[in-house]
Amino acid sequence: MKAIKNTFKELLRYPSAVFGLIIIALLLLLSVYAIISIPYHQAIILWRGGEGIWYENPRYAPPSWLNYFRRDKLPETIMLSSLDGTAPKTVTPADPSGSVVITFTFDYPYDAFPQDIAVFFTSHYDKKEPFVNMSWKTPDGRDIRVASFAISGSEAYYFSQDTKLQRRLAGLPPQQGLFVADPKAGLTSPVKGTYQLIVDATTFEPDSTVDAEMVLYGQVHGIAGTDHLRRDLRVALLWGTPVALAFGLLAALGTTAITMVIAAIGVWFGGWVDGLIQRITEVNLVLPFLPILIMVGTFYSHSIWVILGVVILLSIFGSAIKTYRAVFLQVRESSYIEAARAYGAGSSRIIFSYLVPRIVPLLIPQLVTLIPTFVFLEAGLAILGLGDPTLPTWGKIINDAQQNGALYKGLYYWVLEPAIFLMISGLAFALLGFSLDRVFNPRLRGM
Amino acid sequence: MPASIVTWRFSYESEAAMSEAAVPIETKVDTQIKRKATLNTLSRIARYTVVRIIVLFLTVVVAVYLTIMIANMGGYVDKIQRGQIQESVSQMLALNPSYKSLSAAERQIQQESLIAIQEKRLGLDQPFVVRSFIYLKNALSLNLGRALQMASDSGSKMVKNIILERLPATLVLFGVADVFLFIFAVLIALSLSRKYGSFWDKVFIALTPTSSAPGWFYGIFLILIFASLLHWLPFGGMVDAPPPDSKLMYALSMLKHMILPVIAITLSQIFLSAYTWRTFFLIYSSEDYVDMAKAKGLTSRNIERSYILRPTLPTIITSFALLVVFMWGGAPIFETVFQWPGLGRALYTAVGLYDTPVIVGSTVIFAYLLVITVFLLDIAYALVDPRVKIGGGSKPQ
Repeated sequence: MKAIKNTFKELLRYPSAVFGLIIIALLLLLSVYAIISIPYHQAIILWRGGEGIWYENPRYAPPSWLNYFRRDKLPETIMLSSLDGTAPKTVTPADPSGSVVITFTFDYPYDAFPQDIAVFFTSHYDKKEPFVNMSWKTPDGRDIRVASFAISGSEAYYFSQDTKLQRRLAGLPPQQGLFVADPKAGLTSPVKGTYQLIVDATTFEPDSTVDAEMVLYGQVHGIAGTDHLRRDLRVALLWGTPVALAFGLLAALGTTAITMVIAAIGVWFGGWVDGLIQRITEVNLVLPFLPILIMVGTFYSHSIWVILGVVILLSIFGSAIKTYRAVFLQVRESSYIEAARAYGAGSSRIIFSYLVPRIVPLLIPQLVTLIPTFVFLEAGLAILGLGDPTLPTWGKIINDAQQNGALYKGLYYWVLEPAIFLMISGLAFALLGFSLDRVFNPRLRGM
Repeated sequence: MPASIVTWRFSYESEAAMSEAAVPIETKVDTQIKRKATLNTLSRIARYTVVRIIVLFLTVVVAVYLTIMIANMGGYVDKIQRGQIQESVSQMLALNPSYKSLSAAERQIQQESLIAIQEKRLGLDQPFVVRSFIYLKNALSLNLGRALQMASDSGSKMVKNIILERLPATLVLFGVADVFLFIFAVLIALSLSRKYGSFWDKVFIALTPTSSAPGWFYGIFLILIFASLLHWLPFGGMVDAPPPDSKLMYALSMLKHMILPVIAITLSQIFLSAYTWRTFFLIYSSEDYVDMAKAKGLTSRNIERSYILRPTLPTIITSFALLVVFMWGGAPIFETVFQWPGLGRALYTAVGLYDTPVIVGSTVIFAYLLVITVFLLDIAYALVDPRVKIGGGSKPQ
């Protein structure tokens, strides 16, 4: 216990180690937060996306805090609904025809146009569908007729897809044309002020109802932006943290522990066992690591546990065996082991009091420095498309970004966010590992 | 420390060689002794080479066998082959007019017998263990079968041709990058060891953790900055599209496309390698014979070359060998990020198409590449480590 406290105090003398520890602590906190705020099953469901989950987000939207750095502010998503009271609804019962008027009022102080505007209708009726008239009121007092149509049980109307409206707006896309002062004058900057979208629905049955939700898709969204499926990247970034950390830690722990055991067995039994282990190590050096992983991933399972298992299996006969073997050989020949056996020490006492303290200085820095390798390996596999398809991880984000040409389209945030997370994690563990190495192996300190 | 004794002896030899220039006359006995010594050295090197070849060949055999076993664990490859046979036979029966006159039952019997013949031809009726050795023989003789969907640029569906077509691209890229990295790292390490404790030394030490990130990671950033943002360099690929006609322009275009990948590989390894090798140089430059050389008045360049670089070369080559092997392993991801049309990208494409023969074939070729790399570096080690030439000492490790 005292030894651990001493090493810790030594460690804190190195600023890089302190930095690394702080970052690791932050990452751990983030993982805990991720697991608590979005439980595992919910995360999987959210990430699979699909109808009804992400429809309120814009596509390919950078994070909203970018607006602080811009002079021309990009719009954020505005959502108003008659169901939750953000849009007032006046109902006149049918006699024989009634009306439902829903007014969406919003402020538009931005310098750019929204990505799209959509209205989602839900209505109840028996036989006669309600008929909807939509009109648009600009801050400078103009009244523009948007569309008129009958609606069924649930209907979605996207402004960008209304060609008739587009023609009426001199060919400008509706989500832009409705905001300029004069559509015939071309695309100028949007008029700022209060806009109104009035939905006037005529109902033909006494108990038919109409509800509507307006979503004005902004150009920026959230703290992390969205991807091609409108998913908030925050989910994947948050959940990538525990996945990456767990994978890295488990793989590093498993590999180091088993490698040490194998080296110990080789030294303990000597002879042909030792020789066999050496030969296996040589064969392992020549086995192509990633191609075999790729084969296993393609042919058997993308499950992250299978991949973890194969990674450990292929890594345990790595070159670290030689280093451990050297230490074990030294220990075996040392005189205090002989003395311990002479005074009748049991094997467990020899192992824990003499062997382990000799091996720990080698083990711990190795372990910590190995973690980033596995974190990056998992990300790399995801980039190749072999990651766990259900799990939201950082590598998966980069994979999606590449498949959708993010760098080509200038959607830098999509690639930069997971990359920065990867870099920070890798750096933190590497810094800690290097400092641990210097603490445990003082001969390097002089250098 | 055994290393210093041996290297001191070796440096003595080189000094003897230098002083011999002042005494050109030598007796006949001397030449005879020297010739015998050279023959001895050559035979030792030859023996070493042959032993290494045999060991490496056995390693290849085991590695390839393991690859085949893994590829067909669960009988996946068998399933695909059986499916292929079934499809081709039923298609042939449907299209061949001479079978049209048969009734449904008769056609069924005919189909089954044809399938049985095909399976026997491919050896599918034998237990897997037997077949695995046939596959092994095939893989070792590079008879890697036909691809399911991919084809080489020349139209051949033989896996061997597909792979051999893309191999040069990978070799060129990684060869150039490795050589560049090695020379650059050694030069930096030497200059760092000279100015030990200086500002640059501290900078390099501080930046060593950056080597935990693999090459493709730096590649993404480089593409982002230089291709996407600044439009200075291309996004990826090997040459411009359409490829230029003249050979010179083609080569220049390829060089332009190689800049970012080579920088990515260098960045990912340079700090750690330079730091480790500088530490080696420092360890070796604190030896007594270096002090003696300085006292003798040799120039620092001479000292560096003969007394410091020479003894550390074996260790550096071993560490470099591990580096190269590690980089080969990362080739698929690296080439995918840079869209480089090499073996790694072929593997990635094959994965996307579930083209099993190409996947297995690529893995086998990768195993070969690793073995050849280890072998070449072993030879380099043998040429550089005097213990091999002298014949004494333990096996170089």
